[in-house]
Amino acid sequence: MSDRKRFTAPQRFLHWLMAVCIFVMIFIGVGMVSTVAPKYLTLIQIHKTLGIVILVLALVRLSLRFVYPAPPLPRDLPSPMKFAADSSQYVLYALMIGMPLLGWGMLSAYSHPVVLFSGLHLPGILPVNASLYALLRQAHTFLGFAFFALILMHLSALLFHKFVRKDGVFETMAPLITENQVRELDTKHL
Amino acid sequence: MSLAGAEQRSLPVGPLIGIGAVVIVAVAAFAYTAGWLTPRRVTPEKMVAALAPPGGPALGHRRNHAKGICFTGTFTANGAGSALSTAQVFTPGKYPVVGRLNIAGGDPHMPDAMAQVRGFGMRITTPDGQQWRSAMIDAPIFAASTPDAFYQFITAAGDKDPNAIKGYLAAHPETLTFIGWAKSHPHTESWTEDRFNSLNSFIFTDASGARHAVRWSLVPSVDPVVLTPEALAKQDPDFLQQDITKRVAAGPQHWELIVTVANPGDPTSDPTRAWPADRKAVDVGTLTAEQIEPESDGPCREINYDPTVLPAGISTSDDGFPAARSAAYRVSYDKRTAEEKDYPHTAAGGQQ
Repeated sequence: MSDRKRFTAPQRFLHWLMAVCIFVMIFIGVGMVSTVAPKYLTLIQIHKTLGIVILVLALVRLSLRFVYPAPPLPRDLPSPMKFAADSSQYVLYALMIGMPLLGWGMLSAYSHPVVLFSGLHLPGILPVNASLYALLRQAHTFLGFAFFALILMHLSALLFHKFVRKDGVFETMAPLITENQVRELDTKHL
Repeated sequence: MSLAGAEQRSLPVGPLIGIGAVVIVAVAAFAYTAGWLTPRRVTPEKMVAALAPPGGPALGHRRNHAKGICFTGTFTANGAGSALSTAQVFTPGKYPVVGRLNIAGGDPHMPDAMAQVRGFGMRITTPDGQQWRSAMIDAPIFAASTPDAFYQFITAAGDKDPNAIKGYLAAHPETLTFIGWAKSHPHTESWTEDRFNSLNSFIFTDASGARHAVRWSLVPSVDPVVLTPEALAKQDPDFLQQDITKRVAAGPQHWELIVTVANPGDPTSDPTRAWPADRKAVDVGTLTAEQIEPESDGPCREINYDPTVLPAGISTSDDGFPAARSAAYRVSYDKRTAEEKDYPHTAAGGQQ
């Protein structure tokens, strides 16, 4: 266990950058499949490009996580909440890395060229196969909904820690905190 | 520990309501984006559902142009297209093609003679890994000016109330030209005798960066033999497939790929409006069907002839249809690939 009270600055930066990216990503995803307007093509192009950006950021963030483990949770956190906190991190990482790979794999099995903004042409990562496409396509949608549900739970938990428990958990990832909050954090886990 | 216990004794109603409100707002925004709160939005799902025959869609099949046959062949570029577009497909050479000759309609067992519209799907692949996909039909103009109007048209046409289509046509006289063509155009005896048109406008970008609005057509290389309505009625339900199989077995069949360039001011956004006949037409090469394969285990079955899969040097224009077609074709593809078990493969090919 680390004795640091907060995630490192690069981790916090990546967290909030990715929070914005993933939120945008999910809304583009659900929006693009519900329109026949010309923006469909633009949205799907952003969705592919942003997906690859998220994949790269997630891998960088996961590497950082191995070097700088998470600060400890409050000792008085009830065990169901502790379990939820620990397990949801694994699921969130799995989705942040898995969803872009699923999308990329799905388009590979679809035999659709994966062309990003800037014209970068990605190679296929899976064989062309319609049955495989169908499976991945359905998984991509299902996990997309699950991802959004999990993010809402994550958001609720964040607000719960910040405004109900006031236990310093939010401050471990907060983008900016005051000197006062830093002092408070120092006393919290003692 | 005792301090935290004291804090938790009084239920923090305010913050909990606040958290609930945040979640509700997020879910509502999500539902709005998904179109669940706007039932009037034309979604690709609704577009595809409106194309279904009265008895419901044929599971495992394309939701439109359900009946077709695969071919493999080549596109031989003569180099003339390079003046209009930087796409590698126009540099002189031979490039592999996987195509699909088809008839319009959602029923994969419809007799060929019943088809008012015939179609041609092509996918040309170039060594740079890029693809040019196009799905063309033999109509000279399209049925509707915009995807929304097309949705209204197919919805009204499928409506049991005869006033629905009358009301639609009163508001959309541009559709009458298409209906007139569909009802009265001569039917040939062969796909090889039909001209297939992109109808939608696209943009070609040349080496200098100049953009050219174009439409393209596959023009037959044999003279059409027109079937009288009586002769058409006597044809075998699969006469088009039998014809193409016989012809290609005897030798490769050809169409010339003709690119028509718009003059400034020509209507590029509206596929119901033909361009004047004197527009510059460039023969960019020859498309050849070399081998016919039944769709059931053929190479075209798993291809979505999405008209927005274009090589660099070709892009969509202000015509809204390619985007709408791309969205709807994807829904059709998602459905039919998920219904794999319902697709009748031949015994020899078996399930994949």
